[in-house]
Amino acid sequence: MEYTLKETPALETQTLEVSLGPQHPSTHGVFRMDVVLDGETIVKLKPVMGYLHRNHEKLAENMTSYLASMPYTDRLDYICSMTNNFAYALAVEKLANLEVPERAQYIRIIMAELTRLVNHTLLIGFLLNDLGAFFTPILYAFREREKILDLFEDVAGSRMMCNYFRFGGLKVDVTSDFIPRVRQIINKYPKFLDEFEKLLSENEILMARCQNVGVLPKELAISAGVTGPMLRASGVPYDIRKVDGYSIYNRFKFRVPIGEKGDVYDRYYMRLLEMRESIKILDQAIREIPDGEYISKIGAAGARSPRTFKPPKGDAYGRIEAPKGELGFYLVSDGTTKPYRYHVRSSSFINLTILEDMCLGHKIADAIVILGSIDIVLGEVDR
Amino acid sequence: MFGWGVIKGMLVTLKNFILSYFTKERLTTVQYPEERLPVKERFRNFPFLIYDNKPEDLRCVSCDICAKECPPKCITIVRDSDEQGKPLKRPKVFDIDFSICMNCGICEEVCPFDAIFMDHEFELAKFGRFEDLNYRKEDLLKPAEHFAKIRPQDAARIEAKRRAKAQPATPETKTQ
Repeated sequence: MEYTLKETPALETQTLEVSLGPQHPSTHGVFRMDVVLDGETIVKLKPVMGYLHRNHEKLAENMTSYLASMPYTDRLDYICSMTNNFAYALAVEKLANLEVPERAQYIRIIMAELTRLVNHTLLIGFLLNDLGAFFTPILYAFREREKILDLFEDVAGSRMMCNYFRFGGLKVDVTSDFIPRVRQIINKYPKFLDEFEKLLSENEILMARCQNVGVLPKELAISAGVTGPMLRASGVPYDIRKVDGYSIYNRFKFRVPIGEKGDVYDRYYMRLLEMRESIKILDQAIREIPDGEYISKIGAAGARSPRTFKPPKGDAYGRIEAPKGELGFYLVSDGTTKPYRYHVRSSSFINLTILEDMCLGHKIADAIVILGSIDIVLGEVDR
Repeated sequence: MFGWGVIKGMLVTLKNFILSYFTKERLTTVQYPEERLPVKERFRNFPFLIYDNKPEDLRCVSCDICAKECPPKCITIVRDSDEQGKPLKRPKVFDIDFSICMNCGICEEVCPFDAIFMDHEFELAKFGRFEDLNYRKEDLLKPAEHFAKIRPQDAARIEAKRRAKAQPATPETKTQ
């Protein structure tokens, strides 16, 4: 998209350069946008990343073991650490050809879908914060999220830095009251979503601010490599849970909602619809969950002494449908205890690359909303 | 009608506001220093070293496994030795830098002697930035009863495992 400055012969105008961020709550972390403005309209926008770079990939290549970078993956997208663990575990299991016991598979799915609920609830809250609906929606979101995080803490030992997955299974089995508590959450969550929807979806201010703002055309979304709810909001039915059927996702019945226009409102609504589908998956998963081992024998041995865990030479790419999009880990093994190459394909980083195309021609206040609707976490963008 | 959406939203806020006086469900604030939530059993914070009866009877044999497996490398262990310089099975120095530790719990998972566990204590604010946060062996020592108190289920499981290991009474030299 191109934006040309309007020529008014009588008045000489100049563009204004504004540096948005890096320390500003609306940029969701330490992220900067160099914006060129014509009045209030955005003429040019350059995202500046790297303020939160922590050398994650190189660190992982210099760890003592494969397992040692598992806690670091929690810190990529710190809102949903369980799915980060999932993607990394999946990649290493592919590399080492490890089997995962049935029960562990189910618990993994439950954790991943609960994480999706956490992420999408929080995203809507933050999006509304960006819109100026200060703290009412986000506090409702926090209230519900806390119930799920309590569950994570009960099971994994930490609310956010779960470090729960191991290669070939899980760290520990779930607690005895886990299933009833998940059931309680999935019974209550739809009510909360209804309330949330009543609070927001038909709100005229929200509609005026979100509809036809930041439209992302289908073709552009595909060519830019956008994934996740952003891509589906633009009308492309692409969900890795369906396409790949990794883990045991092909056993569950769920639908993939798609949007029409690809504007901010579609992206907001996509999250609400996806949460309802997640609840369906959770419902099926807790009904079918079998008893048994939570980690395979080889996996348990590997978790007890990580430095003896040596995958054979080769490479593997494990990818999952993380709440923000495709999260992939590309690993190259040279037969030693640590990966030779470790690459993270992070969803929010790639989704962020088309920010400029969505923002051009809009007002500066809309840029904040568009950024919020992309759903970035700077821990994952900068790694 | 234009504006109805806003009013509907406001009604939700009003409902939440009024119900917050009646149900715990909608009023989730905990007045922290006075009120406290119960700590979960599996909650992990910083590691501590366990001893059985008196502080000299450390379970740690200074095998250095936790220090090697620790992802951010926050553990420093120096093995003790007697007068002749023969290494002993106990640490002389066992430091954990709490400013580096990231609470992942890998040390407790890999420890073959069940000597290190994650604690529940979380009010650890200090005035200093360096020495105060570098916990020495003496600061880390805690009795086995403490572990049994904070994590009864894990403690029972580990005690059962330790007793089963001790039962066959094989001479220790054999295993070395």
